Amino acid sequence: MDFALTDEQRMLEETLTRLVTDQVSPEQRRAMLAAAPEGASPLWRTFAELGLLHMPFSEDVGGLGGDGTDLMIIMQALGRGLVPEAYLAGLVLPGQLLALTANSGQQTEWLTPLLEGEHQLAFAWQEHNARYDALAIATQATQQDGQWQLTGKKDVVLNLEAAAASLVTARLDNAKLGLFIVPANAPGTSTHLYRTIDDQPAGDLTLDNVTLPPANCLSEDVSDALAEVLALGRAALCAQAIGAMEEACDQTLAYLKERKQFGLPLSTFQALQHRMVDMHLHLEQSRSMAILAATSLTLPASERDYKIAAAKAYCGESARFIAEQAIQLHGAMGMTEECYVASYAKHLVMFDHYFGDSDYHLETVSELLTAA
Amino acid sequence: MNLTFSPEEQAFRAEVRHFLAEALPSDISERVRLGRHLRAEDHLRWQNILSEQGWLASNWPKEHGGPGWGPVQRHIFDEECAAAHAPTVVPFGVNMVAPVIMKFGSAEQQQYYLPRILSNQDWWCQGYSEPGAGSDLAGLNTRAVRDSDHYVVNGQKTWTTLGQHANMLFCLVRTDPDAKKQAGISFLLIDMQTPGITVRPIITLDGAHEVNEIFLDNVRVPVENRVGEEGQGWTCAKFLLTHERTGIAGLGHAKQALRHLKSLASRIEHRGKPLLALPSFRHRVVKAELELMALEVTNLRVIAAARDGGAPGAESSLLKVRGSELRQELSELTRRALGPAALPFFPDFLHGEGSLDDERAQSAAASAQYFNRRKLSIYGGANEIQKSIVAKTILNM
Ligand SMILES: Cc1cc2nc3c(=O)[nH]c(=O)nc-3n(C[C@H](O)[C@H](O)[C@H](O)COP(=O)(O)OP(=O)(O)OC[C@H]3O[C@@H](n4cnc5c(N)ncnc54)[C@H](O)[C@@H]3O)c2cc1C
Repeated sequence: MDFALTDEQRMLEETLTRLVTDQVSPEQRRAMLAAAPEGASPLWRTFAELGLLHMPFSEDVGGLGGDGTDLMIIMQALGRGLVPEAYLAGLVLPGQLLALTANSGQQTEWLTPLLEGEHQLAFAWQEHNARYDALAIATQATQQDGQWQLTGKKDVVLNLEAAAASLVTARLDNAKLGLFIVPANAPGTSTHLYRTIDDQPAGDLTLDNVTLPPANCLSEDVSDALAEVLALGRAALCAQAIGAMEEACDQTLAYLKERKQFGLPLSTFQALQHRMVDMHLHLEQSRSMAILAATSLTLPASERDYKIAAAKAYCGESARFIAEQAIQLHGAMGMTEECYVASYAKHLVMFDHYFGDSDYHLETVSELLTAA
Repeated sequence: MNLTFSPEEQAFRAEVRHFLAEALPSDISERVRLGRHLRAEDHLRWQNILSEQGWLASNWPKEHGGPGWGPVQRHIFDEECAAAHAPTVVPFGVNMVAPVIMKFGSAEQQQYYLPRILSNQDWWCQGYSEPGAGSDLAGLNTRAVRDSDHYVVNGQKTWTTLGQHANMLFCLVRTDPDAKKQAGISFLLIDMQTPGITVRPIITLDGAHEVNEIFLDNVRVPVENRVGEEGQGWTCAKFLLTHERTGIAGLGHAKQALRHLKSLASRIEHRGKPLLALPSFRHRVVKAELELMALEVTNLRVIAAARDGGAPGAESSLLKVRGSELRQELSELTRRALGPAALPFFPDFLHGEGSLDDERAQSAAASAQYFNRRKLSIYGGANEIQKSIVAKTILNM
């Protein structure tokens, strides 16, 4: 057993902490959110220079072979700064799917430029009626004259606007799940773009008889790869939430020390001290769960999914508790857009709406519990 | 004991329901139902309809032009309004400043202001909180210095709800900086057109413009605009806080929210079954249901005591704590029920005139409302402060 980071990992952590402190202040973040998405941002280019775009991929596909812990370090730093870059949605998740499914031609066309920072992608798996279920989807892919035809609608696709292409799941005639590369603006596609309430660029992607050549089919049976990538995404989100929880706790504690009412700092009132301790407890227990998730990625699928579902369910509840208390302890100030803790609170509450909420994952845990 | 409403009360409920079905404009109730912000003219249109019916000032006695309802009727009225998606009456005039003017105001103040409130001529806002005076309201610093027949007011108020629409401000000011904290405070009625007043918007985390900060720079207020004696402002403020408290649990809103949640969760499917059948979700809905049942009876106990002449005291703190927690939990469950559909944010639709396709429109407000409802445990005396009141006045701790 060893919870220590390696020297390289410590360096990675320090570099990222410095980067986020220097380049993603509240004002800088606002400016980044307001900027139109025109190619790679300066921050994304820095990510590329630091090797972050290669880090989470195996050496076979030209990556640096980082493991779950490396990814956790990166995601936690991004969470601390609420960094508005689609590192997970635009790089890690579609990249891992490509690494698991693409042939060498497809890798050259889509994965290599992704790792080089030349383009970003999106991962379109969610559908309105399927809620969080990646398998219960209605989008259809049929083969005609050697071409594929896709019809359906994908909901809340993160990074859709900036993506050169979306990786789209679709049901095949044989009922298996396929995975396709749908280039942006392919004839038959249309999008409805918006932001999520926690500031992420997203959109709905409608596919109306979109015709694709065989080279755009990545897999005709993607279920296992999909489960692996969703597990990775959930673990990464937990790590990101830990970073945001740390920051929400730190900001709240600082506020309690600075804000005075009744002639005393709020931090001297016992009711608030205990509340702050509860927030801290939630953070530390969630941190343990996020570590558990990050180190479970290489386990056999059912064990992996059990632990990661447990972590996602646990962190979801904690994230909300911390968010709600962070607002409450800031009083009316915590309700304002200008108060930075509100942005963290929004991120932490909405954490539960990405890749399955606590109820969804509790169900997974309880199913596997009876099976065990 | 008997928990049923009398035949007269049931007839009254039917009358209110009928009126709402006839008189409430559907475009307004639709905005409320979808959680879209109301424009000033929406509030006014509805309040004028209520005014014509004689039901705007539901808590006023007949002598001042109110319907003379008791607490039970008011409770029924509030509940029916929430069920029909009627806008909440902006409370600052009718429910807040009016009772203070009735109790402490001069005959001239009563004759001038009360009819203007009844006819929606004046839109009032509440100037209590300051940047340095929130929970510790008596720590307020806005100064009013006497200059013959005027006060000259300097300072800053904040979190002023809907102050952007208001033409009148009731304001706590410090008239005697040497007196003990509470004793140096006076209650002033200030015309927002007076030179020296600046209103600036504060945008809340749900993107809404609901609160403001108000700067007062050498604002000259006639002495006759003081309510009560100089130094009696704290008594007025306390009276206002304890006066109208039976509605504080927000029971009608909670009931409506629970109905909506149950219907939503039985329509939304989770793995081929209604979400409401998912054990962990269902469990929380059931718990909310029980909490609501208990709160309803607790609320009726307080209402019955008020009807029989008792003044609701610290019990209202209990109602406020539980009521706000319950409404927050219901907004949480509604947001959760929607799953990924709770993520997209459409500020133009929610706060402005934008339009959306029907599916997105139905779910657009859930997350924004969840964040907005965080205010329920902060304003009107934060829940921590309410608990301190209960500890002190009920439990003698
Ligand atoms: C949406 C909204 C609308 C509002 N509208 C108006 C309005 O129209 N007019 C107006 O005058 N005001 C208004 N307010 C202000 C409201 O009354 C104050 O927010 C409230 O009194 C709390 O003060 P504060 O925000 O300064 O928080 P603070 O007093 O700074 O408190 C911060 C936190 O510390 C806790 N706390 C403080 N003291 C103690 C203690 N001794 N023991 C334990 N815990 C403590 C509080 O409970 C809170 O959780 C509004 C507020 C909101 C959010």
